[in-house]
Amino acid sequence: MSDIFVPSFVLARRAFFSRGGKMALSATAVALLAGNEALATSYNQTAAASATGDVDILNTALGAEQEAIAAYQVGAESGLLKKPALDLAIAFQGHHKAHADLLAGTVKKLGGSPAEAKKVSDYHFPTNQLKTGADVLRFAAGLEKGAVSAYLGAIPLFDNRDLAKAAGSILGDEAMHWAVLRQALGEVPVPDAFVS
Amino acid sequence: MDRDAIFAAILAIVTCFGTPFAVFGLSPGDPARGEKIYDRCIACHAIDRDRTGPRHAGLFGRRAGSIPNFPYSAAMKGAGDKGLVWNDHTLDEFLESPTKYISGTRMGYAGVKDSQERADLIAYLKQVTQQ
Repeated sequence: MSDIFVPSFVLARRAFFSRGGKMALSATAVALLAGNEALATSYNQTAAASATGDVDILNTALGAEQEAIAAYQVGAESGLLKKPALDLAIAFQGHHKAHADLLAGTVKKLGGSPAEAKKVSDYHFPTNQLKTGADVLRFAAGLEKGAVSAYLGAIPLFDNRDLAKAAGSILGDEAMHWAVLRQALGEVPVPDAFVS
Repeated sequence: MDRDAIFAAILAIVTCFGTPFAVFGLSPGDPARGEKIYDRCIACHAIDRDRTGPRHAGLFGRRAGSIPNFPYSAAMKGAGDKGLVWNDHTLDEFLESPTKYISGTRMGYAGVKDSQERADLIAYLKQVTQQ
């Protein structure tokens, strides 16, 4: 789409994230989320209710990430996105896959069962409203904005502060997605000083 | 009309129209402001379809945890079984702190802490779910 501007630095980031899909998290968060048994064991010593609460929050976030993965798949397969917007959608889908993998792994580590992704058709995306590439990007931007708000609302609830920090890292990524999509649509990329 | 009658009329009007807000401490909400606040909900909810969270169509008057085939938490279903029905008051309390209002809910969201924002959001939900 000739009227959608995709900054060149975004395309360079795609190459970075495609190398193994590893996220840069704090050492503590990585230790916990990557299977540090000592930390995982210590979690078992906390109140069962708080661990269950964190698992529930993580699974809710996982469900939203799985929906985003499916939404970008639908967008990419719609034929409405052309390069470079298509590259953007694929890159962002990759980030959401990394988020989902991290969340699912953490749920398992905490003794929970990760939420399962639905079939794409079961998400009932409003595809009849998506007529142009801009419609697809605007739909994606709405999901990203929602994700920012969701993580912002979830972080204060985490009993484990390392999980809260890791969720903050994901929030930052979603916010970047939102801003880049806004810019690709010709909108002010960062409309406000605060998000809510 | 004498002063007693005027006073009685004013009292009747305030009682009829002011009581809901006086009793529940709610301010009249602005649906236009509420629509912007609803942006915080769209990660998980939609008006017309179930997503990570249940749809909001038909919310007012609906028993909690009652949309068929939606995978509610046991806590939310239990709340509904105990008689929780969504209305202005119950939504105001729930939205302030979902996990405190229904311990065990999967709605992992800290809440809308500002009472005016909650009133605006509820006003928007009432308007859009009745369309």
